[in-house]
Amino acid sequence: MLDPNLMAIIPMLCVTFAALAAMGAEAFRSPGERIAIGGLGVIGLIGAAISAAMAWNRNYEGFGVIVADNFGLFVTITLVIVGLLTIMFSSQVLERDGVPSGEYYSLVLFSIVGMIMMAMANDLLVIFIALEILSLAVYVLTGIRREIAGTEAAFKYFLLGAFSSAFFLYGIAFAYGVTGSTRLTTVGSSLAAQVMTGNPLIFMALGLLLVGFAFKISAVPFHMWTPDAYEGAPAVVTGFMSTGVKAAAFAAFARVFLSTFSQFKAEWAPMLAALAAATMILGTVVGVAQSNLKRMLAYSSIAHGGYLLVGLVAANDVGKAAILFYLLAYSVTNLAAFGVIALLGTRDRANDELRDFAGLWHSHPALAALMTVCLLSLGGLPPTAGFIGKWYIFSAAVSAGYYWLAIIGVLTSVVSVFFYLRVVVMMYMADRQGVPAPARVTGFGMTALVLAIVGIFYLGILPTPVLNLAAESIATIF
Amino acid sequence: MPLLTISWALPLAGAILMLLVPNPHGSRSSLFRWLALLFSTATFMVTLALWYWFQPASADFQFVERVLWIPAFGIDYYVGIDGISLLLIVLTGFLTPIALLSSWVGIEHKVKEFAIFLLALEAAMIGVFISLDLFLFYVFWDAMLVPMYFLIGIWGYDQRIYAAIKFMLYTMAGSVLMLVAILGLAYLHSEATGMYSFDLLKLYMLQIAPETQRWFFLAFTLAFAIKVPLFPFHTWLPDAHVQAPTAGSVILAGVLLKMGTYGLVRFAFPLFPMAAAEFAPWLALLAVIGIIYGALVAMVQPDMKKLVAYSSVSHLGFVVLGICAMNVQGLQGGVYQMLAHGVSTGGLFFLVGMLSDRRHTRAIAAFGGLKNVVPRLTAASLIITLASIGMPALNGFVGEFLIMLGAFRWDPRYVVAAGLGVILSAVYMLWMFQRVYYGPVTDSHNADMPDMKAHEWAGIAPLCAMALFMGIAPTLFLKPMEPSVKRIVERVQTNQNLRVDNEMQNAKFKMQKQRADTRPAREIRRASYTIAP
Repeated sequence: MLDPNLMAIIPMLCVTFAALAAMGAEAFRSPGERIAIGGLGVIGLIGAAISAAMAWNRNYEGFGVIVADNFGLFVTITLVIVGLLTIMFSSQVLERDGVPSGEYYSLVLFSIVGMIMMAMANDLLVIFIALEILSLAVYVLTGIRREIAGTEAAFKYFLLGAFSSAFFLYGIAFAYGVTGSTRLTTVGSSLAAQVMTGNPLIFMALGLLLVGFAFKISAVPFHMWTPDAYEGAPAVVTGFMSTGVKAAAFAAFARVFLSTFSQFKAEWAPMLAALAAATMILGTVVGVAQSNLKRMLAYSSIAHGGYLLVGLVAANDVGKAAILFYLLAYSVTNLAAFGVIALLGTRDRANDELRDFAGLWHSHPALAALMTVCLLSLGGLPPTAGFIGKWYIFSAAVSAGYYWLAIIGVLTSVVSVFFYLRVVVMMYMADRQGVPAPARVTGFGMTALVLAIVGIFYLGILPTPVLNLAAESIATIF
Repeated sequence: MPLLTISWALPLAGAILMLLVPNPHGSRSSLFRWLALLFSTATFMVTLALWYWFQPASADFQFVERVLWIPAFGIDYYVGIDGISLLLIVLTGFLTPIALLSSWVGIEHKVKEFAIFLLALEAAMIGVFISLDLFLFYVFWDAMLVPMYFLIGIWGYDQRIYAAIKFMLYTMAGSVLMLVAILGLAYLHSEATGMYSFDLLKLYMLQIAPETQRWFFLAFTLAFAIKVPLFPFHTWLPDAHVQAPTAGSVILAGVLLKMGTYGLVRFAFPLFPMAAAEFAPWLALLAVIGIIYGALVAMVQPDMKKLVAYSSVSHLGFVVLGICAMNVQGLQGGVYQMLAHGVSTGGLFFLVGMLSDRRHTRAIAAFGGLKNVVPRLTAASLIITLASIGMPALNGFVGEFLIMLGAFRWDPRYVVAAGLGVILSAVYMLWMFQRVYYGPVTDSHNADMPDMKAHEWAGIAPLCAMALFMGIAPTLFLKPMEPSVKRIVERVQTNQNLRVDNEMQNAKFKMQKQRADTRPAREIRRASYTIAP
């Protein structure tokens, strides 16, 4: 048996080694030689999944700052799924887009390391380091195609991201000032002792950390960077960051607010409820007006962040488990939707405008059907993963007494169905004029899509095993 | 044998099977038509088998199947039927093959997908009628939207996309609020017993505070009122009906609208009896407005399909009125009218579809004198038209008569207005019939119009036979639903009574009773609704 300290970080180590191996392979390959670098990533991710599964229920602690509890492990496995799907989609589009695969895969893997670390971190500073690891990699990935739009998006994302990191760090500083520690458990118990003092510094810490997290999960009004970054980045990267970054940030968000700051729920719950309502409403209403599919899905992912916030506001057992389930359901669905966009692009044309999808049913019937399933799942229609996720989130809100949030949530889902249906209308009910049909899709990309769709239906029809896992996962941290 | 599961899984299996059979460039279209007909007819046989083995004397749910689904939330795959749901799934089974026949040649492209969506729709509709778990019910209720959306959006007429989206959003907007109420109910159950449950029979037993009942009743009723559609929530219906392909219209009018009234009978009224008593007069008022309004608007339509669509608003108003009366006659009449309307309006859309397939127009003005050109089509049309009007010895009469009887025992004022609706329905239907079929042939295009073809015979003959049969042997249909109807009426009435338990309400009860004793008999009957004797 290995040292428990080591056991806790093995999932991260697996991915780190894979990332290093990817860099090495790129560096040492002879010019013109083709190496399946993505395969290294797949091996590393599968290793991470296996080690995460083996650590289940063991609650390993790594050096006091990493906790491999079930909550962190559930998110880790979600992130592994995100990583695997991303690599499978990427394997088909990198060469087409002229993106160097060594750099690309190692950046993806490094950011996954950061995400896993963020999900398992038990120390504010480690959360910050994890945040930086993942953010830096994602900034580069956003601009990896070196076009004007991508570079602009990366730059915007970087500036606002750095800004939010500063907020976050400032919040950590205040928390340290009040409690003398950055360890989550110590901060929590020290704060619990000071509940009555009403020390304003506590609220400075709370507010600044909230802003930092709100940036990363792109909650309104901190969402400004999202549409531009999502539109400018290559579609696979957008899929990756709209799911992976969100999952990691939510994991840390939930851990910090539901355990460390749980004593101050009366203070932060109304703030988060307002954020959730604004995020759901703005995300869907503005989404209606978009004509670029990536931008539309960017707003939709903002709205989905709002639904996740509802689970956080509810803050009961149902809500906590609902966040985990929703993250998984949303990640698989959203990634698959972006996968379709990525696979349909060509070197010269991104094919991501709404009208590019006209008549897709006639040229690519299978792809249109798969995309429809993704969109219906995002819209929350049964029998898909998205429906169970939303149902779970809203039942958390109802059982916590937040009927009004649940009502806003269901009504905004109806509005969101409107813009998802616009894509369906294009694919099935409009004719393709002028623009040539994109190439056929086969290979890993199609495999990944089919797997994702099977997952969507599995989570939608037989959710019990995963629901139970999610319910088990929340026991350890609160 | 799990007959109920087979009844919805069979069409779904058919849909999945067809999905796997390739259809290169539409070369196998007729194979898919026949496959779909085979599966839908087999489903109809299954529903008939259910009727055969159904115990008509019992009010309990029969053929019950129950499998754990999401145990953490008390969600089960829980299905069962009583007399009301039995008749509605038989109606669904009966109308789906007919709908298929109504678009047998009208749908020329993408026949495979058309057949898949139609069978998936049938599966979801049957699922709605057999679910005894609210979660399961909601899943079927929402899942049904998707195939219908595609049926309207892909194979409909010019404005199909607008109509499809409007249909989907309207229906969803209502049903999501119902979802919140369903979650609220499950939560109340967990408050009361410590366990979540979506089991309808357990939720019937729940004691709910009057204020909560009000909100939940409104949330459920909004969802159902949009589906029915009750005035003023009907605006999606003319668009959806007119733009849908013939098969879509037949299913929409024949079955889908009944899901709304079925929901009122099965969920909204028995779950929240106090709120139901409070709101029933208002609902009945809307229903009566719908009866008159639908009839008046139908009268001035130049488009046959739109006329039939508005006539649905009017006829469904009768059903809601019968439900609101909440006595045995009214409710029985309501359920009977659901069946009768399914048959006759399904037939009307079928016939309009035949004419518009032949002439590619649905304008009444484009026709005239068809009696001499297509005598057989005219005969079928006459039977269905009279059935829709409510001519005695045809199906429409029994339902409307019972509804008015029931409503009269509750509050005769509604009956006066509803009676006006009956007269108006004769006006607009007969006027349309006269303009289309009688007189000289005004348009030379109509002169050589072919009469009914084999597939049209196969579809319309059962409809005419059923219209006649339901008119002369209504007992056959009233018998199996009677115990279930009585059970629901009792549940609603006694629960109202049981819950009059605190002192204030007791005092009110006494006061009203005293007042009632001194009032004319009509008033007593009205009071007897709110406080059962």
